[in-house]
Amino acid sequence: MIFTLKIWRQKNASDKGGLVTYKAEDISPDSSFFEMLDQLNQQLIAKGEDPVAFDHDCREGICGTCSLYINGRPHGPLKGTTTCQLHMRSFRNGETIYVEPWRCGAFPVIKDLIVDRSAFDTIIQAGGYVSVNSGGIPDANTIPVPKLDADTAFDAAACIGCGACVASCPNASAMLFVGAKVSHLALLPQGRVEAEHRVQKMVATMDSLGFGNCSNTYACEAECPKEIAVTNIARMNREFLAAKIFAEKEKQISFTL
Amino acid sequence: MDRSERRTLSSITGKVIMALAGLFLVVFLLVHLGINLLLLADDGGRAFTGAATFMATNPVIRIAEVVLFGGFLIHMMFGVGVSIRNRRSRPVRYQHKSKSETSPLSKYMLHSGIIVFIFLVLHFIDFYFIKVGLVAPPAGIERHDFYHRSLLLFADKGYSAVYLVGFLFLGFHLNHAVQAAFQTIGMNHSKYIDGIKVFSMLYAIIVAGGFMTIPLWFILFR
Amino acid sequence: MINLNAGAPKAPLAEQWSSYKANCRLVNPNNKRKLDIIVVGTGLAGASAAATLGQLGYNVKSFCYQDTPRRAHSIAAQGGINAAKNYQNDGDNVFRLFYDTIKGGDYRARESNVYRLASISPEIIDLCVAQGVPFAREYGGLLANRSFGGTQVSRTFYARGQTGQQLLIGAYSALSRQIAAGSVKLYNRRDVLDIVIIDGKARGVIARNLVTGEIERHSAHAVVLASGGYGNVFYLSTNAMGSNVTPAWSAYKKGAVFANPCFTQIHPTCIPVHGEFQSKLTLMSESLRNDGRIWVPKEKEDVELLRQKKITPEQIHESKRDYYLERRYPAFGNLVPRDVASRAAKERCDEGYGVGSSGRAVFLDFSDSINRLGAEAISARYGNLFQMYERIVDDNPYQTPMMIYPAVHYTMGGLWVDYELMTTVPGLYSIGECNFSDHGANRLGASALMQGLADGYFVLPYTISAYLSNEIHTPPIQTTLPEFHTAVHGVADRLNQLKETKGKTSVDHFHKSLGKIMWEYCGMSRNEAGLQKALGLIGDLKTEFTSDVSIPGGMKEYNPELEKAWRVQDFIELGDLMVRDALERKESCGGHFREESQTPDGEALRNDEEFAHVAAWEFKGNGAAPERHREELRFDTVKPSQRSYK
Repeated sequence: MIFTLKIWRQKNASDKGGLVTYKAEDISPDSSFFEMLDQLNQQLIAKGEDPVAFDHDCREGICGTCSLYINGRPHGPLKGTTTCQLHMRSFRNGETIYVEPWRCGAFPVIKDLIVDRSAFDTIIQAGGYVSVNSGGIPDANTIPVPKLDADTAFDAAACIGCGACVASCPNASAMLFVGAKVSHLALLPQGRVEAEHRVQKMVATMDSLGFGNCSNTYACEAECPKEIAVTNIARMNREFLAAKIFAEKEKQISFTL
Repeated sequence: MDRSERRTLSSITGKVIMALAGLFLVVFLLVHLGINLLLLADDGGRAFTGAATFMATNPVIRIAEVVLFGGFLIHMMFGVGVSIRNRRSRPVRYQHKSKSETSPLSKYMLHSGIIVFIFLVLHFIDFYFIKVGLVAPPAGIERHDFYHRSLLLFADKGYSAVYLVGFLFLGFHLNHAVQAAFQTIGMNHSKYIDGIKVFSMLYAIIVAGGFMTIPLWFILFR
Repeated sequence: MINLNAGAPKAPLAEQWSSYKANCRLVNPNNKRKLDIIVVGTGLAGASAAATLGQLGYNVKSFCYQDTPRRAHSIAAQGGINAAKNYQNDGDNVFRLFYDTIKGGDYRARESNVYRLASISPEIIDLCVAQGVPFAREYGGLLANRSFGGTQVSRTFYARGQTGQQLLIGAYSALSRQIAAGSVKLYNRRDVLDIVIIDGKARGVIARNLVTGEIERHSAHAVVLASGGYGNVFYLSTNAMGSNVTPAWSAYKKGAVFANPCFTQIHPTCIPVHGEFQSKLTLMSESLRNDGRIWVPKEKEDVELLRQKKITPEQIHESKRDYYLERRYPAFGNLVPRDVASRAAKERCDEGYGVGSSGRAVFLDFSDSINRLGAEAISARYGNLFQMYERIVDDNPYQTPMMIYPAVHYTMGGLWVDYELMTTVPGLYSIGECNFSDHGANRLGASALMQGLADGYFVLPYTISAYLSNEIHTPPIQTTLPEFHTAVHGVADRLNQLKETKGKTSVDHFHKSLGKIMWEYCGMSRNEAGLQKALGLIGDLKTEFTSDVSIPGGMKEYNPELEKAWRVQDFIELGDLMVRDALERKESCGGHFREESQTPDGEALRNDEEFAHVAAWEFKGNGAAPERHREELRFDTVKPSQRSYK
C-alpha cells in the first residue's frame, strides 16, 4: 500500500514546528501503524535524515506510551484501540494521513510527536493511592467486596494513562483520567477511607496544571482505548460535591511526647 | 504562583454552579412557555393578560424575577469563564479537524448559548424593556399590553422567522444542556442515564417546539 | 576471587526466612534518612522496592527509561499471580507452591530462595488488595482463584487478563505516594548506562537524560537493579521495545557475575511473525490451550495447498489432521508446560508441516469447543483474546483456527544474587526478572509477578538493611570523586564512538541480524555445531557494528537511535555470553534444550551429575573470554526426578 503522510516535525520544545509531507510506499496491510513509521524511519536514516520521533513501548496496547493524533482522532480511526494496535489495513490505499502529537498546554511537546505527560503523574501523586505501607496488612479476605463494585472499579482501573481523553477533548480536560482514578478507589472499601481527601486534592492539582473544564462532549469516552465511561466523571463530581459539602475541615494536630 | 492556582473556586464547583443555574432556568422556561401558550386561546387575550398581570404584580414573582436574572447572569458568566479557560488549555491547536465522536452539538454550547443570548437581548427590547419603560412601546399599544404587542410582532413574517431561529438554537442548547447538567452534578447512573437523556431531548423538543408554535400559529392561522 | 556462597541461614528450610528476619541487622530511623539508595527500573520489583524503601525512611532515587513509572513492561503480564493462600481449600500450602516451582524450574533453582518466595506469597495478595488492586471476586465478595499452567490447585489470583497492569498500578501508586512525600525522587526518561564502584562497593550510577542528552552522575550508599529481562536480544519477543539489558550488563562488566544467561523461556502461544518489518510479537494467554486443540496437517500436499491459500484449514478432514501434542503426550495433551509445547511446535515446522505464509505456525483450533459449549461460552472465556487476535491478524477465530507460534517471553537467567539478593559486588542488588534467582531453567505461569513483588515489597527492604547498617557512618557519596569522573568519561567516550562511526547501516538492522542468529542457534533447541557457528557470527556482527553503524541526530537532544545503539551493542555482547553458556551446559533442562541430550523419544534429558549447578559468568575484560563459575545446587528437600507429561 501507498500513503501520503503529513507528520508534525518539531526539533525540540522551543522550536515552532510544522507538518512535513512524506511518502510511505510498499507498506504491508498487515503491518501496524508503528511498523509503517519504522519503515519510514529506516528510509530517513538511509538518507542521513533525522528519523521521526514518537513514543511507543509495549506495542501490545497496554503500556499507554503511544500517543499519536491520527486524522483528527487520538489513536486513529478504530474504537477501543491504541495506536500500536492499529494496522494499516484500516486505511485506504493512497490515503493522506495526518499525524500530530497530543495537544494540551499541560502536555508540552518534547520532540516531533512526543509530549511530556508528567502532569498525569503529578495528579496521581496528589492522592491516587491508598495510604498503606508494605506491612501489617490484614488478610485479603477480611473485607468482602461486592463483585459488582470490584468489577466496576476494575473498569475504571483499566485506564492506561495514555492521555487520549485529554487529546480528544475540545477543552483538553483531564476529567476522565482523574475521574477514573477517583472512581476506582472510591468504589472499593480499601480506598473509601480517604476518598474525601483524595478527590479534593486530585481535582485541585488537576486544576492547577492547566487542563480545561469538562463540557460533557464525551469525546473522551468515544476515544478512550480502554473505553472508560464518563459515568466515572459523574461519580467524581458526586464525590467531590459530597466532600466539599459534608467533609469536616482538615485539622492539624500537634503534640509533644 | 500560577494564576489558576489562586482561583478560589475549583473547576467542578464552577461547573456545578453553572449547571444548577441552568437547571433553574429550565424550570423557568416551562412556566414561561405555559403562559405563552395562553396566547393561542381564542379569547381575545383575556387568559394571557390575566397571567401576565399576575406575573407582573405578584410580590413573590417579583422576587423570583430578581433570582432569575441572577441565574441568567451566573449561568452566562460561568459559561464564558469556562470557555475562556478551555481555550487557554490548548494553546497550540491541531492542524487536522477533530473527527472524534461527540454528544450531538455538545461542542457548540458556547456558540448556541451566544445565539440564545443575542435572541434574549432582542426579546428584552421587544417586551421587558418596554414594560420597565426603557423602550417606548410602538404606537397604539400600552406598556403592559403584551398580548397586542405579540400580535403585532408576529404579524411581521420576517420577525417571526428570527424568533423561530432563536427557539431552534434554544432547543439545540437545551438538548445537550439538560442531560449535561445532570452529569455535572453527578447524576449519571447506569440505570437512569438513558431516561435522563430521553427526558433531556423531550424537554428540548417540547420547550423549543412549544415556543415555536406561537409564531407559527400566528403566521398560519391569523 | 568470586565467592558464590548464597549464604542462606543455617536453619531448617521452612524456618530460614523467619530466622533471617529475627537476626537481621536494622538501621535506626534517624540513620535511614542519611542513607541514599538508587533503584533502577520501575516495574513490579523496582516500583515496589522503591516505594517500600521510601516508606521506611531511606532517601530513594528511582530511575526509569519510560516517561512515567507506570509504563514498565510488568504492565503487560496477563494471566495472574500465584499465592499459597489455600482460599479454595483444595490442599494448597507453602510447601506445595515451593515444590511446584522447584519442579517446574526443572531442578535448577535454589531451594532456600524459592521456599522464601512461596512463604511470602500470601502477604503479597494482602498488600495488593489493601492498595486497591481490583482482583476478580466471587459473588460472596471474596477473592476468586483459577488454576493456571497445569497445576493441581487453584492458587492464581487474577484481574481479568490484565493482572500485571493492575499490580503495577498498585505499585506505581505506592511509589507515587512516596514521591509526593519526598522520600523518593523520580528520574524518568533516563537510561542508566554505568554503575560506579568505589572501593569495591556500588556507589552510584551514570545516567543519560534521554530528553536533553545530558550525562548525569547519581550517588548512593547502595544500588538496586530492577531493570527486567533481556528477551529483546532476540529482536522479536513479547518484551517492550525499550526493554534492555544495559544496567545489568554494565553491572556484569563492573564485576557482578551473570548467572545462567542461556535460560530463556519461549512461550508457545504467540501470534506468528507476518513479515520482515515486524517489530514485536504479541502473546496470546496460555489459558487458550484449555479449550483449543493444536494441530498441523498430516499430509504435505495439504500444507502446500494451505500456504498457497488454495484451501482453508476447515476443509482439511479430521483424519488428515495431526494433533501432535495429544499424540505425543496423551496424559497432558494440549496442556503440557510451555517449554514442551514450544519445542513440539518447532519440531513439526522443522519437518515441513508448518502452516501460514512463512511455514512457521501451527493451528490452535476452537471448533470442537465451540461445537461442544457454543460460541457464546467460548466468547465469555476468551472474547478479549479473540478480538485482539482478529485486530492483529484480520482472521475470525470463531470461524477459522488461530495460527500461533512460540516466541521469546521471559529470561530466567540474570545477575547472580545471594540469599540477600546482593550480587557479587557489595552494595549492588538485583531483584525481579533482572536476577537469576527463583525460576531455575523454566518459569511456571503466574510466578513472575509473584517474584517481582516478593523481592521488592518484602525481601529487599530487610536484606538491604543488613548491608546499610554498616554504612551509617558513610557520609553522602560525592559525585565529584575520581571514580565518577572516570565513569562519566567512559560513557561519553562510548557515546562519541557510536556517534562518530558514521557507517551505513541502521541500528535496527544489526538488532534484527542478532535476533536471527540467536533465534536460529540459541533459541528453542541448541546444538554444539550451531552454537559454535553462532559464536563466530556474533563476533563478526560485533566487528561490523563497531565499524558500520549509522546514527543520525545529535548527542545533546532526544535521540532514540543513539539509545538503541547502546542497547543493541550490549545485546550483541550478551548474545555471545548466552551462546557460551548454552555451549557449556551440555544437558537439556527446562527452556534449555540441547539436541545432544534427549531421551530416545525426543524429550529433554537432564544431567544432574554434572550440571546441577548455577553457571555464573565473570567478565574478564573486553576481548577476553569470560570465566565460568559454579554454584552447586543442593536439593535436600525435593529430590530431582525426570519430568514426564506422557
